[in-house]
Parts: sequence; C-alpha cells; structure tokens
Amino acid sequence: MTHDDKKKLELFALTMREDILKSTTAAGSGHPGGSLSAADYIAYLYEKEMRYDAKNPKLETRDRFVLSKGHAAPALYAALAHEGFFPVEDLMTLRKSTSHLQGHPCMNTTPGVDMSTGSLGQGISAAVGMAKGAKILNLDVNVYCLNGDGEIAEGEVWEAMMFAAHYKLDNLCVAVDVNGLQIDGKTSDVMNTEPLDKKFEAFGARVIKADGHNFDEIEKALNFFHENKNSGQPTVILLKTIKGKGVSFMENAVGWHGKAAKPAECDKALAELEEARKKILEA
Amino acid sequence: MSDMKKIATRDSYGATLVELGKIDKRIVVMDADLAGSTKSGMFGKEFPDRFFNCGIAEENMIGVAAGLSTMGLIPFVSTFAMFAVCRPYEQIRNSVGYPHLNVKICASHGGISVGADGASHQCCEDFALMRTIPQMLVMCPSDDIEARQMVKAAYKYNGPVYIRLARAATPVYHDENYQFEVGKGEIVSDGSDVAIIANGIVLPEVVKAAEILKAEGISARVINMGTIKPIDKDLVIAAAKECGKIITVEEHTIIGGLGEAVCSVLAENYPAPVKRLGINDVYGYSAEAEELMQAFGLCADNISATAKDFVKR
Repeated sequence: MTHDDKKKLELFALTMREDILKSTTAAGSGHPGGSLSAADYIAYLYEKEMRYDAKNPKLETRDRFVLSKGHAAPALYAALAHEGFFPVEDLMTLRKSTSHLQGHPCMNTTPGVDMSTGSLGQGISAAVGMAKGAKILNLDVNVYCLNGDGEIAEGEVWEAMMFAAHYKLDNLCVAVDVNGLQIDGKTSDVMNTEPLDKKFEAFGARVIKADGHNFDEIEKALNFFHENKNSGQPTVILLKTIKGKGVSFMENAVGWHGKAAKPAECDKALAELEEARKKILEA
Repeated sequence: MSDMKKIATRDSYGATLVELGKIDKRIVVMDADLAGSTKSGMFGKEFPDRFFNCGIAEENMIGVAAGLSTMGLIPFVSTFAMFAVCRPYEQIRNSVGYPHLNVKICASHGGISVGADGASHQCCEDFALMRTIPQMLVMCPSDDIEARQMVKAAYKYNGPVYIRLARAATPVYHDENYQFEVGKGEIVSDGSDVAIIANGIVLPEVVKAAEILKAEGISARVINMGTIKPIDKDLVIAAAKECGKIITVEEHTIIGGLGEAVCSVLAENYPAPVKRLGINDVYGYSAEAEELMQAFGLCADNISATAKDFVKR
C-alpha cells in the first residue's frame, strides 16, 4: 500500500469516526463503542475492497456486505454516505422518525444496505445464503460479513459456518470484530468465546488474524481471502480491535457500548479526532 | 367421502414444486434433514443443483433462505411445522418478515394428526405465530387440489408465505375446476342455521358433520378458509349476518388461530356468537392420528353435536 493510499484510508476512517460520534450524539442513543472498533475495516471494504456502484445500489453483480453486528450501523451509514449512496446530511437524522437510517440496518429504507440486521447471529446466515446464491447463479460476487465477538456466542453463527464449509463457499469472507467487550462486561467474563481461531478452523474455515486498526494488516488479510478463492473453504478474519477506538475516554470502556456521548463529551471526542487528522495530514 | 381418493397435501406440495421447478430456474428448495417426509426431496431428485439440505439447523436455514432471496432466487424451505415455525420464529420475524423477503416456508406435520410422535412434534401454534408477522401470508390447504393451487399462489406472490401441509392422506373433495384465490374463502356447501368455518384436513369432517346436521333438519353453511391471513372478512361477516351463529374448527390451539381470527373480524364488524373447536390450551400426546382427532373433538360426530347444541341455545 502506498503512503498516499494509506493516508486516504486513514482520513476516510477518521471522517467516519466523526460521523459516528456526531450522529449518535444527535440521536441521543446508539452504539458508538462497537462502531468505532469496526470503522477501519468497514472503511477499507468500501474504499478498497468491494466492487459496487453507489448510483446503482441494487446492481446484481455487486459484492455484498452484511453487518451481522447490526448495532454498528452508524459506521456502515457513514461509509455509505461518504461513498455517495445517499447524502451525507442524512447521517444527522439517525434514529429519527422521519429518517431512512434506522437504529439497526434496514435494507428496504437505506440505499446500499444489503441485508436488514440487528438481531445477533442472523446476518451471517443471510451472508451464507448470498454466497450460496452467487454460486448457484454463477456470479462472481464476494460476500463480506462482519460479526462481533460477543455475537459469536449465538449458536446460529456456528450453524452458518458449518453450512459455509459444507457447501464450499470460498466466496464468503467472515470477519470478527474482536474488541473483547460486550454489554455486560468483558467477553471473556460474560461468555468466553475463545479460542476463536481454533473454533473457526474446526468448522472448516481458513483463518487469519489481523490488527483491525492497521490497514496494511487488513489488506494482507483480504489478500489471504482472495488467495483462498477456489480453495473450497470460507475465510475468517479475526480482527483484533479496540472498542471505542480513536476516542481516549471511550477506548476499552464497557460503558460506551450502547450509550451516545453527551454534546460536551462529543465535542471533546471531536477535538481529539481533529488532532489526529492533523497528524495524518502531516505524516 | 369414504370413497374419495386420498392424498396427503405434503405429496401435493412435492409434486407442485417439481412442476414449478421446470418452468422457473429461480426456484431453490431447502430442507433440514426431513426431505423424505416433507416431500421436498421430490424436487431434490429432479433438480439436485437447486436443492440442498441444511442439516438439523433450522435457524440457519431460514437465514440462508433470506440471503438466497436477496439474490433474486425463490427459496422454498421445508421441515416439520414445529421446527419450521416455532424453533426459528425470530429468524422468520427479523430476517424474512421485516425485510419482506420472497421466502416460502412450507411445513409439513402441522397439528395433532402427527400422531404417535407425540406432543414434542405436534405443532398447534404455527398459525398463531405466523399471523403476528406483518404481511406474512398464512395458508392451509384442505386437500390435494387446493394444496397444489396454494403452492402456485405462493410462488406468484412476491413476499413471505407460510403454508401448513399435512402428513396424513385425506380425501380429495375438490374437483379440478376449483379455483383457489389468496385471501378468499370458499362456501363448500350453503346453509342458514349456523356457519362452520374450518380449514386443513378437518374440512372433510366438517362436510360430514353438515350432512349429519342436514339429516336432523339443521342447515349448516360450510366454509373453507384456506387463507388464515389475510382472512376473508366479507365471507365471515356475511356468514354471521345470514346464519347468526359461527363455529370454527381448527387443528390448532384455539388461542391465536383461525377461531380467533374469525372472532376479531366479528368483534369489530358484526358481533355474533362464536364457538371455537380446536386444541384448548393443552398439549397433545402419542396416539394414532385418528384417535387424536376424535379425542380432541375434531371429528364429524363432535362437530355436529356441538352445532346442534349451539343452534338450540
């Protein structure tokens, strides 16, 4: 990856983070922590990885993205808006009665949302269905799914992985946002889902670990996915991430799972991000 | 009715899937390890590339169907009603119903006529659960002819559909000229003293009950309500106006099924006395299907006796 490419990605993700904070604060609710941990991966998918046409969001041959951890909707919405699926101004209407931006992704209201999600464990089954559908239809379509590490406790996730391996869905790339925290505390305390690599391998996937905030590593992991195509196995990327990434007082703090920042807190967070922007531009 | 040809509606389903599969390549069929029983396997035999087993993992099967439908395919998914509806209710609600996806859930083995397998497999809650999902079509055919047309209607409708099919072979009382229409009930035989509204495999018993009543001088109108949702309001209201009293008969809990759907229409439009026959807040148990239908009153004798009593009151 060139220096300029990386800079562009970092700035895109930073803008997403600003919008995650601003939109959830304007809404007075939402899930900033898990949106911030997923922001870099989602930024990479929409900036570098996926094939789509924002002006033709239903294009049959587009790659699909399913946000199985649907509560990270503010991150997805920010990416979609900045890629031109809908006006950026819409982001500030998040969770309002007149908005197309539902609290969790809704495919029938928001252009660019490929599957309605929010109930954990379900998005991955739909992603698997899309990957199987692409094979049946002989379409060169990649399906990307993003799960949370708390979500992994849902049995349906493992039913879906079994299916993906059984039907050799090597066009499926499942990423897990391993931020280590969920609503009631540390994932390791609430319900330990580790060792994730061994579990996914045992279910027939090819697994790679990556730092979910390092674009070189994300790129490497997605290249691993492309190398695996025609292997007959689905790919799983375990993204080591920090919940609340980019905002000092939100990082690794359980309390920011499902709580929006108050306006003063949001201003403080945005000031931190502004400093980060300067550093990126200077680099 | 005893001399009529008997066919199980699950067989009608399998045969119709094959017929539809020939004309539309978008049709894909899934099952959860019961393809032999639900008859979805008939499609699998004919079109192995468009049939796949999901294993005993129904929640995932519903989600996979949702994903397939977003790709423009038309998935039909089958297993026993208990595992097609009760187990993955929330998946149906959130991954199929909420996005209004074109998924057809066609379950066999609904009701107590499942028989000897016992209460764990006797699904008497499927209509109630499926009725609560916005814009979900809920249907149950009363014989082979209606089942075939219902499956075709489900295929033509762009959105989620639930159809309950039966395990047991039952009389084919419709002739080839019968025209099923979604949301429309059918007056099987006319009458004016009481209207008996039913669907599914109890319908032939209701027809028999009407014959018994006729012999005793009571004129019963028999209505086949193949679509439980959206229910044919006009037909229900007309029955109340013209017959005065209504009996509903269903192989289902009387909580939330056909009986309550009829009551809702009447309560809001034309209040009339209703007697609901069905499973009354209890579980079934292991026995032969016929024995259970008798025990739970879903037989001509009980239906006619109930009607006689009800009309006199």
